Amino acid sequence: MVLKLNTASGVPIYLQLMEQIKYAIETGAVRLGEQLPGIRRLAEDLVMNPNTVAKAYRELEHEGVIELRHGSGAFVSGQAGNGRADRFERGRPVLEAAMRKLADFGLSEEEMRRLFENELNQLREQRGRTKGNGRAGD
Amino acid sequence: MDGLAIDVRALAKRYGDTEALRGLTFGVPRGSLCGFLGRNGAGKTTTLKLLLGMARPTAGEGFIFGRRIDVEAESVAIRRETAFVSESKDLYPFTTVEQMIRIARAACPGWRADLESKYLKLFELKPKQKVSALSRGNLTRLNLLLALSRGARLLLLDEPTQGLDTVVREEVLQALVSYVATEESTIFLSSHELHEVEQICDRVVIIDHGRALLEGELDDLKGNYRRVRATFPQAPPANSWNGVRALVQEGRTVSMLVSGHVDDVVARARSMEATTVAVDPVTLKEIFLELVRPDDSRA
Repeated sequence: MVLKLNTASGVPIYLQLMEQIKYAIETGAVRLGEQLPGIRRLAEDLVMNPNTVAKAYRELEHEGVIELRHGSGAFVSGQAGNGRADRFERGRPVLEAAMRKLADFGLSEEEMRRLFENELNQLREQRGRTKGNGRAGD
Repeated sequence: MDGLAIDVRALAKRYGDTEALRGLTFGVPRGSLCGFLGRNGAGKTTTLKLLLGMARPTAGEGFIFGRRIDVEAESVAIRRETAFVSESKDLYPFTTVEQMIRIARAACPGWRADLESKYLKLFELKPKQKVSALSRGNLTRLNLLLALSRGARLLLLDEPTQGLDTVVREEVLQALVSYVATEESTIFLSSHELHEVEQICDRVVIIDHGRALLEGELDDLKGNYRRVRATFPQAPPANSWNGVRALVQEGRTVSMLVSGHVDDVVARARSMEATTVAVDPVTLKEIFLELVRPDDSRA
C-alpha cells in the first residue's frame, strides 16, 4: 500500500488518509482480513501526526471499512468495497468522458477541479432545499 | 478539566512601554503536537519564556499540567518535566558531544539512557566531536537529543527546523512525530514553516499582536474554512458580508475566507446576482495569511 499525503491541497489530512486507504482496498492493494500498519508506524513512515492517523482509523472503523482489534491492530473488515466499488466502476466512465470533454474545451486541471467542486456545492444546496429546511446534507 | 498540558488565560506581558502579550488565551491538550504560529514579534518567544518561568507575566495566569507558571516553586517543577529547545541553541562550545550529554544527564533525574542511545545512533553524532566543530544540522540534532532524552512530558520548541537542510529537517520532524507517538508526551512548537506544521501537527494556535487569533484542530480548521470568490455585475456594497473573517474586494470580484457558514455566504452571493461563485478549500498558509494581514480591519 503506497500512501502519499499532500499538505498543500487544503483537504484535511485525515480525509486524505481515509480516501487513500479505501482506494487501496478497492483496488486490491490491501485485501480483506489483512492488517494495516499500526498507528505509530504509519505516523512515522508518513511523518504525520499519530493523532491524525488514529482519527482516520476511527472514522474508517465507524464506516465499517476496517476493524480495530484490541492491542493496536487495524484489519480490513470487508464492508469497504461492498457496493462502493460497483458504484465507482459505474461512475468512473461517466466522469472520465466529461473530463475529456472539459480538456477539449481547454480547461486546466485547476479549473476542472473548481468547476467540479462548485457543481458539488450546488448539488448539495439543491438536496438541502428539497429536504425542506434549506440545510445542506451531512 | 485536567486534559490540558498548557493552559493560558488572559496572559499579558509588558516590557517598558512595549506590550508583548495582551490577553493571550489558549489551551494545548495533552498528547497533541501543537503548532504555535505568528509573525515575527507576535509574542511567540515571550510566551515560551513565560511558560518556562524565565519571565513573569504582567497580568493573567498560565498553567502547565495544572501548575502555575508564575509561582517559583511550581515553575521549578515545570522545568523539571519540560524540555526546551530554543532558537539560540546555547551549548558549551568547548565541550565534546559526549561531555555535553553527560552534563545534561547529571542535571536531569528522569534521564532516559535508552532514548539517548537511540538518538545518538539515529542522528549519527560522533561522541568525541567538539560542539564548536558541529555543523548547524548536527547542532540541532544534539539539541534535540538532549531535549528528547530528558524524558520530558512536554517539549517546547522555538523554531526547531530553522536554517536546516531538507534531510535534517525531515529527520527532526520524524523524531518529533515518533516522540509524541511513543512517549505519550505533548509538543508545542513555534514555527514559520507552515507546510511543516501542516504535515506533523494536529492542532495550531495562531497569535498576532500578543493575542490568539485562532486555535483548534488543524483538520477541523481546514474542513471549516473555504475561500469563496464571487463576481458581480456591479461592485457590491462593502457592508454586504457581515460575519466573514477576511475579505478582499477588487472591483466586481470579492474574495472571502469563510468559516462554518459557507452555504449561507454562497446563497447570499447568489441572491445578490453574482455571475460566478467559486468555492475552494484552503491551506493553513492561506488561513494564516488572511488572518494576520496587516491591512485587516479587525476591531
